[in-house]
Amino acid sequence: MGELVKFIAQSLVDNPDQVDVREIEGEQTVVIELRVAPEDMGKVIGKQGRIAKAIRTVVKAAATKNNKRAVVEII
Amino acid sequence: MKKVESSGKTIDEAILMAVAQLGVQRDKLEIEILEEPVKGFFGFIGAKDAKVRATIKKTIGDRTKEFLMELLTYMDVEAIVDVTEKEEKVDVELRGRGMGLLIGHRGETLDALQYLTNLVVNKQGLKYKRINLDAENYRRKREETLRRLAKRLGYKVSKTRKRITLEPMNPFERRIIHAALQNDEYVRTYSEGEEPYRRVVITTK
Repeated sequence: MGELVKFIAQSLVDNPDQVDVREIEGEQTVVIELRVAPEDMGKVIGKQGRIAKAIRTVVKAAATKNNKRAVVEII
Repeated sequence: MKKVESSGKTIDEAILMAVAQLGVQRDKLEIEILEEPVKGFFGFIGAKDAKVRATIKKTIGDRTKEFLMELLTYMDVEAIVDVTEKEEKVDVELRGRGMGLLIGHRGETLDALQYLTNLVVNKQGLKYKRINLDAENYRRKREETLRRLAKRLGYKVSKTRKRITLEPMNPFERRIIHAALQNDEYVRTYSEGEEPYRRVVITTK
């Protein structure tokens, strides 16, 4: 799941080498922490969080395949 | 990516050679000059040809296919990505198993994928092209369903004289409802509320 988030984020930002993703595995939930360069924050969040919402929707769909709940946090 | 190296007496001549070899138009190529030409004495002693490297530029359609194929691999979904590039838009049709997963509830995953693809492939600011993403004809079927729903509810409103408020829909779906009842003799439609909970209302004229 982390790889997926990383790929989407790197495709969106201007500084792909500064994208960092960490996965924290729980019993049923996996938390994915996404860090990007400060000037790229808008590129992964979007107006009224529209981009962030789209990323979460795609990740959620991919996670249901593994019967897991995925939470994407942008830090 | 297809590329060739070619040479000629001048840079223009070298580029012309590359155009001929690749069989595409000049504006579809990215030209990199490898060696400037040197004239030499009497035009031949010590003369050196110009050398260029020509690469076929990726179109928005190419980038769309690349992005989606890789994205689907990370999502662990096998699908065929069919891309049709037109002057002002790119139509994409996804086919294969597990399409339900890509469509999601009321098409929300499909919408999210479409939105992200639009952002990524139009990022490099060539000429903007809208990306339309569909899977297993979902959008066409949904349009059909909505049109029938609109007609049925329009009829109901005209009979009962009571207005009906539909469930929240995205702008694209609302437009289908409005269009379906646009020329109705007895009812009219409008939208109310704020995105993403905006709803269509059908009421008598």
